Amino acid sequence: MSEFLQQLLNGISLGAIYALIALGYTMVYGVLRFINFAHSDVFMVGAFVGYYLGRLLPEHTVLGGITVLVGAMIACALLGMTIERLAYRPLRGAPTLNVLITAIGVSLLLEYTGQLVFGATPRTFPAIFPVAQFEVGGLVISSNQLMVIGVSLVLMVVLQLIVFRTRIGTAMRAVSLNPNAARLVGVNNDVVISFTFGLGSALAAAGGILYAINYPSIDPLMGVMPGLKAFVAAILGGIGNIPGAALGGLLLGTVETFVSGSQFSTYKDAIAFGILIIILLFRPAGLLGKFTVEKV
Amino acid sequence: MLVASAVSLAAVRADDAPKPWKVGAYASLTGSEATWGQSYERGTRLAIDEINAAGGVLGQPLELVIDDNRSKSGDSATIVRKLISRDKVIAVLGEVSSGRSLEAAPFCQQMRIPMISNGSNPKVTEVGDYIFRVAYIDPFQGAVMARFAREHLHITRVGLLTDTTNAYAVGLGRFFKERFLHEGGIVALEQRYSGSERDFKAQLTALRAANVDAIFVPGYYTEVGLIAVQARELGYRGPILGGDGWASPQLAELAGAALHDTYYCDNFSLESSDPVTRRFIERYRARYQLDPDSIAPLAYDAVALLADALTRAGSAQPAKLRQALATTSGFAGVSGSLTIDAKRNPQKPAYVVGFRDGQYRLVTTIAP
Repeated sequence: MSEFLQQLLNGISLGAIYALIALGYTMVYGVLRFINFAHSDVFMVGAFVGYYLGRLLPEHTVLGGITVLVGAMIACALLGMTIERLAYRPLRGAPTLNVLITAIGVSLLLEYTGQLVFGATPRTFPAIFPVAQFEVGGLVISSNQLMVIGVSLVLMVVLQLIVFRTRIGTAMRAVSLNPNAARLVGVNNDVVISFTFGLGSALAAAGGILYAINYPSIDPLMGVMPGLKAFVAAILGGIGNIPGAALGGLLLGTVETFVSGSQFSTYKDAIAFGILIIILLFRPAGLLGKFTVEKV
Repeated sequence: MLVASAVSLAAVRADDAPKPWKVGAYASLTGSEATWGQSYERGTRLAIDEINAAGGVLGQPLELVIDDNRSKSGDSATIVRKLISRDKVIAVLGEVSSGRSLEAAPFCQQMRIPMISNGSNPKVTEVGDYIFRVAYIDPFQGAVMARFAREHLHITRVGLLTDTTNAYAVGLGRFFKERFLHEGGIVALEQRYSGSERDFKAQLTALRAANVDAIFVPGYYTEVGLIAVQARELGYRGPILGGDGWASPQLAELAGAALHDTYYCDNFSLESSDPVTRRFIERYRARYQLDPDSIAPLAYDAVALLADALTRAGSAQPAKLRQALATTSGFAGVSGSLTIDAKRNPQKPAYVVGFRDGQYRLVTTIAP
């Protein structure tokens, strides 16, 4: 029983990180109807910004840790908005496929510029937050796991509030529903899209920092696998749907962990993706996605 | 390549100087395993310069022709072909990686040019009777750690966590398991991962639930560091054991205090009391302002072993040189006393190191 609970905890803390990254994919898809493949590399840049900031600040302090987290989120929000301004805005109105290819280009650009600037050898991420372990029954809970779950939860609530309780959130939903109609009623689409990229990238940076705290070896290609998993999580939950992305992330992380802990650990990706295929067969729009008919 | 040919041209022109013995080497001087190749070159050059300063071999100096395979598979065979056909080297040195050693070995064997590798996979010397090595082989390493676990740590139940995408790790894990069972231990659970993964908590939770006394992790240092950190986070306090894939300064940087009560088996120890080793460490530090890792001493030993065999053979005639290498016995290498066995592998002691006070220190030496 304690093994089951321990694996559940491991799975939820891994899934929370997938969920944070998945939110960025889903939000950008919601407003622009395209997959921002560079998102997983913004995640990587977030971890590296945290690495450099963390080395300047004293280790093992709550204040230092929060500074690093917020600093990386701001830096990546700016990076996300710059990417949108330079790479995607000139293609507004172009076929989605063109934007998609550009996104792959931006992704490769970030990965290989990262190898040039940061070097290809893995770096050790500093311990920015204080670390502690608690034992409850047979269950060992580390402060890092609690932090991942806590920070993710707070960020998701904040995101939900922004989207449903603020003017800019209302504008985001308007653009998502119909960009032309939104423009007609006075929404500045450029500002809204830029804001969406900033918000999604900040969440990716938070995911990057949390990931690096738990797995303290970072390198410029570290975003590839978590990015792919988060992308799957976003589809699983129903792309474009914010609670869906969170649910998809948690589900994927938990399934992966349970398979890893069994005798079939080498098949963990095969089983996780197999479940994805089965769910999509029965619910083509994802778990919480709504199936919409394209109007001609 | 240009540098190498310029060197050989210069050697042809210098008629008055004694004709040098040309020794070829291929190494990963750039690319992903660059630190291994660079360390290999440092050890090799130190040995060659010292032998030449002492008058060379049979009155002639050694000359190194070294080329870079960029840590890539596919380049080594081409380089060795060039070294043998164009540079006419008398022997080939290399490489740290068993995979790349296996690429070069068949051509050396075909051309009857002795090759001395650093790789630990048993297959390397099985290529043929001209292929030798100075590193000990994985079955020995696995046996050493199994004996260490049983006799020094008194461990009964062990769990394995193996990187199934790494041939070295799979082999080492198997050899460890066989010997551990043979010594009367129990393998409670085997868990797997694939290289470059970051999350091992699921496997470690399963291992913890199986009540193991120790975990054997035959992988490379980056994953090992993450495994140690996550094992301690999950409250596992027992020993973690591994092989020479752990040998990197980055391991301590990555895992720090989590490495407490972890042990691995290495080819070399900075704390060895052997006077030959002590003198080597001093000279290496004086020349490079660095502590030698476990690769440079093996590179040094490969050159010394070759010079010793060349002296005994009296000429570089391949069959004689091969025979001399094969009959090496009790050679005082900087990585320990070394005897070449019938399968052209070295018989020499292994150093088991354990983490104490922020660094790995020698725990015990286990003889073959």
